[in-house]
Amino acid sequence: MSKMLKTFRKGGIHPAEYKLTEKSPVEILPLPEKVTILLSQHMGVPAIPVVSKGDTVKAGQLIAHGRGFVSANIHSSVSGKVVRIDSIPDLTGYKKPAIVIEVEGDEWEENIIQSTDLRKDITLSKDEILEKIRESGIVGLGGAAFPSHVKLILPKGKNAEALIINGVECEPYLTSDHRLMLEYGEEMMVGISILMRVLNVRKAMIGIENNKADAVYHLKDIASTFTGIEVFPLEVKYPQGGEKQLIKALTGREVPSRKLPIDVGVIVHNVSTAYAVYEAVQKNKPLINRIVTVSGKSLKKPSNFVVRIGTPIRFLIEAAGGFPENTGKVISGGLMMGKALNSLDVPVIKGMSGILVLPENETKRKQVEPCIRCSKCVSVCPMGLEPYLLMPLAQTGDFYRLEKEMVLDCIECGSCSYICPANRPLLDFIRLGKTEVNKIIRERN
Amino acid sequence: MSSILITILSLSSMGIVAAIILYLVAQKFKVPEDPVIHDIEDALPAANCGGCGYPGCRNFAEACVHTDSLDDLYCPVGGQETMDIVANLLGKEAKQTDPRVAVIRCSGSFENRPRTNHYDGASSCAVASALYIGDTDCPVGCLGMDDCVVVCEFEAIYMNRKTGLPVVIDENCTACGACVEACPRDIIELRKQNKKDRHIFVSCINTEKGGIAKKYCSVACIGCTKCFKVCEFEAITMGNNLAFIDSDMCVLCRRCVTECPTDAILEINFPPRRTKTDKEKTTLLDALMKRDE
Repeated sequence: MSKMLKTFRKGGIHPAEYKLTEKSPVEILPLPEKVTILLSQHMGVPAIPVVSKGDTVKAGQLIAHGRGFVSANIHSSVSGKVVRIDSIPDLTGYKKPAIVIEVEGDEWEENIIQSTDLRKDITLSKDEILEKIRESGIVGLGGAAFPSHVKLILPKGKNAEALIINGVECEPYLTSDHRLMLEYGEEMMVGISILMRVLNVRKAMIGIENNKADAVYHLKDIASTFTGIEVFPLEVKYPQGGEKQLIKALTGREVPSRKLPIDVGVIVHNVSTAYAVYEAVQKNKPLINRIVTVSGKSLKKPSNFVVRIGTPIRFLIEAAGGFPENTGKVISGGLMMGKALNSLDVPVIKGMSGILVLPENETKRKQVEPCIRCSKCVSVCPMGLEPYLLMPLAQTGDFYRLEKEMVLDCIECGSCSYICPANRPLLDFIRLGKTEVNKIIRERN
Repeated sequence: MSSILITILSLSSMGIVAAIILYLVAQKFKVPEDPVIHDIEDALPAANCGGCGYPGCRNFAEACVHTDSLDDLYCPVGGQETMDIVANLLGKEAKQTDPRVAVIRCSGSFENRPRTNHYDGASSCAVASALYIGDTDCPVGCLGMDDCVVVCEFEAIYMNRKTGLPVVIDENCTACGACVEACPRDIIELRKQNKKDRHIFVSCINTEKGGIAKKYCSVACIGCTKCFKVCEFEAITMGNNLAFIDSDMCVLCRRCVTECPTDAILEINFPPRRTKTDKEKTTLLDALMKRDE
């Protein structure tokens, strides 16, 4: 390629990609016997249940109401009977309120259009669309699960110039967004047009890393039939999928510390979110399923599944060929930012893009050694922080100094821990520091 | 020769001039200070542990001087003795405070509480607790890494590698509260120090229902209220499926210990049990009367 590909400048790493499932078409997973739907799958306030034990529900029926502005509705992902409303271990093992539904048949709410034909015409007005997105409980499907309607209502006096669509998928192993772009590209484009209408912008930029060349060409083809949507191949570099990194790569603008993308005139949404918006607005379908990559070198059949929210992870691993014997860790999310699980009974949540089953020798942490001041962590940090300094500050509890060192800018990408030749758990302590600093700031206000 | 003389003379005259200037400046900007602050600081243990709530012994001494009553001030390291000396220096009255000691309210050893997964992240309870439930199914139990041991400045806690639980050495413990602060699960409690370092306490802080708690820890408090019913001294309170023994009310009669079906109540540093005799019953009565006095 003669032209230099776009990317962000500061820091970044190149972990091995292991995109084992990039050629596997998305399969629809059969229904499990029971689903566990957590009431706090999004950032913000947990939803309040509106059904009670013993109720029969249909797929797509509202079962918990988002309370407050930053919250999201939760819908039943299956039809059946509510058997339990109780505290159930979530992904961290701590018990959180959840609704357990026993599956009976597969009956959907009447107003949901189940046919797969493309509906391109956007008939609704801006406010109607916004209301639909809010009602459908759509959250950012890239992983952070921030309620989408909140991002679509712009603060007063702020204007969006462009919509950025995140198709980067820079995490190793994960291919759910890649398959979505290939198989549901047109639907996604309609979703993007809907988002553009809500935000009142003329321009949308889709950023895709160049290791997904097929998706780039496919979307470029489709984009020519839509107005204002442009596709940009990006250089492969982790963590390009980070909101601030992607904005820098595509527009050259830097989001200032502790500001939002809208402060530089852009809004970022994930490709899966755009698809969910399409389904909600054009098909009346709330967010009740998503694509999850189940991958790992020791798995018999790594796959991409369309999974109903609340399906136990054990069920997904069974469908991918069963639980391999030498497994060391099961990770929810990507290899770099995902979290290890302590049970296979935890359910799929809205923000879960992948399940990685990794053998023991690949996951073992190495012996921690003293810092050798090589400053590799500083050079890879995409936010320009100094992880070698932040870690001891968090360890000794100097949180006021941590705040001055901009610890809250950390996006927790884990590049520092990845690159450290002394195997220091940099991110572990930085994360702890962030929590404490946030606590201090909250007390101050 | 003359150059050496000139050097010596010029340097000493410069020195003298500088000394005079410094003296005058020191006189001009002198901060008058209560000499008692210094005396009090000398009387304090100089541990600078922060157990009193002030950043160091000096700050505590200043606070003692600037306050009207010493009721809210207490040096846990020096104890009542030190506070009496401080009160003497200031001509104030020191409040009588019982010495305290830290206890670990968790008995979830490897044996009692099976491990369900293996944690290999950063070796810090605070990190692990923020990340997930820990390597057992108990959401409130001890995580067994060294946070409390590391913060202790008096070498009063060590980690028992066989049980995976920290142990407090009562003689060294000054009840400064550093470990209480450091524990992300709030397992450590400061309790009244009794004679011969005897303790009776519910060694569990789990608030889950009995059946669930018992599943992941064989010595969990299941909230059966048996100890509550047997206690004649109103030292035990129940709440959230958990019993709590107030160390200020407890007379160490040990009746609740035998009553507990899960051995969640621990008795420490007691002589071996005998069968109950009339004599023991009278001691019990004595204890009751003593408390009422």
